Amino acid sequence: MSSILEALTADEIAPVAEAGGGSILPLRLEGAVARIRGKTLIGPIDLTIGRRGLTIVMGPNGSGKTTLLRLMHGLQRVASGRVIWALPEGAVRARQAYVFQTPIMMRRSVVDCIAYPLILHGTARAEARAQAAGWARRIGLGHVLNQPAPVLSGGEKQKLALARALIRRPDILFLDEPCANLDGSAMRDIESILIQARQAGTRIVMATHDMGQARRLATDVLFMYGGKVHESAPAAAFFNQPQTTKAQAFIKGDIVE
Amino acid sequence: MDSIFQGLFQAFHLVLTLDPDLYRIMALSLRVTLTAVVIAAAIGLPLGAWLAVNRFRYRRLTIAVLNAFMGLPPVVVGLFIYLLLSRSGPLGVLGLLFTPAAMIIAQAILITPLIASIAHQAIRDLWSEYHDLLISLNATRAQRIKALLWDGRRALLTATLAGFGRAIGEVGAIMIVGGNIEYSTRVMTTAIALETSKGNLAFALGLGIVLIGLAVLVNLGIHWLGRTERASNW
Repeated sequence: MSSILEALTADEIAPVAEAGGGSILPLRLEGAVARIRGKTLIGPIDLTIGRRGLTIVMGPNGSGKTTLLRLMHGLQRVASGRVIWALPEGAVRARQAYVFQTPIMMRRSVVDCIAYPLILHGTARAEARAQAAGWARRIGLGHVLNQPAPVLSGGEKQKLALARALIRRPDILFLDEPCANLDGSAMRDIESILIQARQAGTRIVMATHDMGQARRLATDVLFMYGGKVHESAPAAAFFNQPQTTKAQAFIKGDIVE
Repeated sequence: MDSIFQGLFQAFHLVLTLDPDLYRIMALSLRVTLTAVVIAAAIGLPLGAWLAVNRFRYRRLTIAVLNAFMGLPPVVVGLFIYLLLSRSGPLGVLGLLFTPAAMIIAQAILITPLIASIAHQAIRDLWSEYHDLLISLNATRAQRIKALLWDGRRALLTATLAGFGRAIGEVGAIMIVGGNIEYSTRVMTTAIALETSKGNLAFALGLGIVLIGLAVLVNLGIHWLGRTERASNW
């Protein structure tokens, strides 16, 4: 089945920073640690997320991929260490977006769900809905514009979540396994949108278990193990010459505990 | 058994003959109850949402007290308001005792905890679902509450209807603060109590049946306006 996506224009998808707004990137983590009730979940972590590219975060279950994304986005409190953006703290949240593994659907129509972030930040309702309708049509949700979001299929929900995340043209987009449990067609559509966003200048950091997807999309890879960044490398280097035995085993498909 | 049939007959008779006393009492019942429900919903719904969204030191205690207040004894509430509004009370100067306004105050006080508590439970569930999204979207506290109230509107409608149900059937508090004065503060429930005490059981039962019909009609009307059933899946 061919894709029903239409190409998104730069005006629709390019980050605000590309129009001269000043980017919130690079992002630096310096000895960042996340804890819950005294138990260390991840860290200490030192890394830098530059202005361009698509970073894939990989690793076995429980390695800390989701916690790392949440820590960077600000959903997880930093217990110690620092998370440093290029712009002051007050400006950064509005310039990021996050797509959850299980898409959170508000009890509203598709068009209202996509428009919600715009309305939240001051866009007039009619204008926000018009923009949202345009987005919905481009990503193949034009036929369900006025349907309740919670009754969409899994693939449609994830597309909606992606449109809702991108509509405010964030500098950086975090995605937590956005294609988990999706079929090939829906996965291709999601990847197509991500590629367009990356080409327009959106920085993407995405957790995935799917090795094929990682190879298709990644410009660089963070391999997590035991709550730490076990290996960090450009995609080609990581997949062709992994430096650690855990990463080698993971890439080969062996069980990594 | 005869009383029940006579009650049914009386109910139809009262409604079909357009009994002016009945319609006056029904109108006052609706005016008092609906006004109290609007006031209680205006306080209780945002309060329930606020309690669901905010974390503060005595939150659990506040919720426990709110839940306990769902069972406030109407007679005690009535007595308390009576003391406040009586001529020698702190609010006596307002001259509200034995007026519909006093009955509205009593009903609003009785049902606000009920509406707030049910709303809190509904919003708390929705908040646990929306939490990460609304934080991620950088919604302010007011925007979060607004989103939760709007998206939870069907559950909140149910909370409001529960408040209506309690208020329309309430008798103890409004009897004390309203006085059951004919042409002034007599409502359906106080009229039923009076007719029962006079031994007019069939007439009292007739009024009771009309009261139940009225409550059902209002509930159906609000459900229809809110399209609760059609959109229940979202």
